[in-house]
Amino acid sequence: MGSLCHPLLFLVALGFGMGDIYERAGEGDYIIFLSPGIIAMTTVFSSIFTGVDVIWDRKFGFLKETLVAPVSRLKIMLGRTLGGATTAMIQALIVLGITIPLGFEFNWLMLPFGLLFMLLIAILFTALGTTIGSVIKDLQAFHLIMNFVVMPMFFLSGALFPVNGSSDIFRYILHFNPLAYGVDGVRGSLTGDFYFNMPLNLTVLVILTSIILFIGSCIFSRIEA
Amino acid sequence: MIIRITNLSKKFNDFTAVDDISFSVEKGSIFAFLGPNGAGKTTTIKILTTLLRPSSGKISLDGCDPVKNAKRARRSFGIVFQDPSLDDELTAFENMELHGVLYGIPKKILGENIRELLEFVELWGRHKEQVKNFSGGMKRRLEIARGLLHHPRILFLDEPTLGLDPQTRYHIWSYIKNMNQKEQTTVFFTTHNLDEAERMAEKIAIIDEGKIITQGSPQQLKEATKMGSLEEAFIKLTGHHIREQSPSHSDKMRRQHQLLKH
Repeated sequence: MGSLCHPLLFLVALGFGMGDIYERAGEGDYIIFLSPGIIAMTTVFSSIFTGVDVIWDRKFGFLKETLVAPVSRLKIMLGRTLGGATTAMIQALIVLGITIPLGFEFNWLMLPFGLLFMLLIAILFTALGTTIGSVIKDLQAFHLIMNFVVMPMFFLSGALFPVNGSSDIFRYILHFNPLAYGVDGVRGSLTGDFYFNMPLNLTVLVILTSIILFIGSCIFSRIEA
Repeated sequence: MIIRITNLSKKFNDFTAVDDISFSVEKGSIFAFLGPNGAGKTTTIKILTTLLRPSSGKISLDGCDPVKNAKRARRSFGIVFQDPSLDDELTAFENMELHGVLYGIPKKILGENIRELLEFVELWGRHKEQVKNFSGGMKRRLEIARGLLHHPRILFLDEPTLGLDPQTRYHIWSYIKNMNQKEQTTVFFTTHNLDEAERMAEKIAIIDEGKIITQGSPQQLKEATKMGSLEEAFIKLTGHHIREQSPSHSDKMRRQHQLLKH
């Protein structure tokens, strides 16, 4: 439950704090805009934490037991990624459930597509976290990754503010941010408000997820404890 | 010989943890690998159990090279780690069950084997409890039971009885000795309890600062050093000075994890 505090804080503080300004600027209901971003945020942070937990787990946790078992490490990596992604999905669904009484209205018929994008984000970032966790051996390096990679990726993804009308530099950077395609996929599916489009979002996420899973599996298979 | 190590070395940047060591272990024997803190015991076990790759040297484990054929090598051994490796969120039974699945133990016999081992380490009464509620000694007993579950040909025990009372130590060693005799399981263990090593081991190798300084039966080591006990022989061979060991990577991680938690 602790991991849900962060997204809820963002949702309440930004949603109600900035809602009026957003509405007065003629952009509509900020909760409807913000909710998919917060759902994506929950998925990303939960996924990356599960992945990076490899650092601790391989030294003092159950992972060490699996590393000496006669099981292919590719299977361990995939199992771990799917496990982490499932946890992230459950947390994201809880946040989705909380956004509804707060005023988030979405197209229920498009919910399966929204869930698909949430799942892709979850798999991509758990695999990324596991890959990072397989390379670094130091928990302090984890803070650096959070501060210099994941946080900028989140703030520059369009999760918190609309991309249309923002600066050219921001929109240029957005094209190179994998999370932007995930956020746009979730938001577009649920509210119909796409910045890119569904096929492009799906293509980018599927290709990136496959690449990261492949690289991650290669690195994980050589992991030392 | 079920384990044969030839000129094995492991370097971490400029630090040589294991320095050109060679020794072998006979099939069905109990072998103690002794040394002061930071001598290279755990590093050697990690290399043998495929958790670390050696910098140089050759290893043969039950007839195969664990570097080239890790999966086959992993089938031949079981290990009880020095640091905990249980899933705290699972129950004692579930931890055992997961181990059984990883080692492909048929479902038919798995439940009965788990029960037998948990009864043996006197944890059957709490087999439905989450491991996070267990004391350190109970976790250790569970880890030992888990290591024995798939009846490995080689059993690595890294400080297996650390933190256990004499009764439990005696109980566990009796079981291991019995398994060793009945199933010809080779036991490779490290310990700081030299009485235990003297009583259990048929052969001992002593490692210090990454090098093997001597090997032989407990009797041979005592005779060679003209000492009455293995502990005295050990001190004579490795010196009286306490090793100034900088915190290990594991120690640093424990500290960082505590800081992260708070």
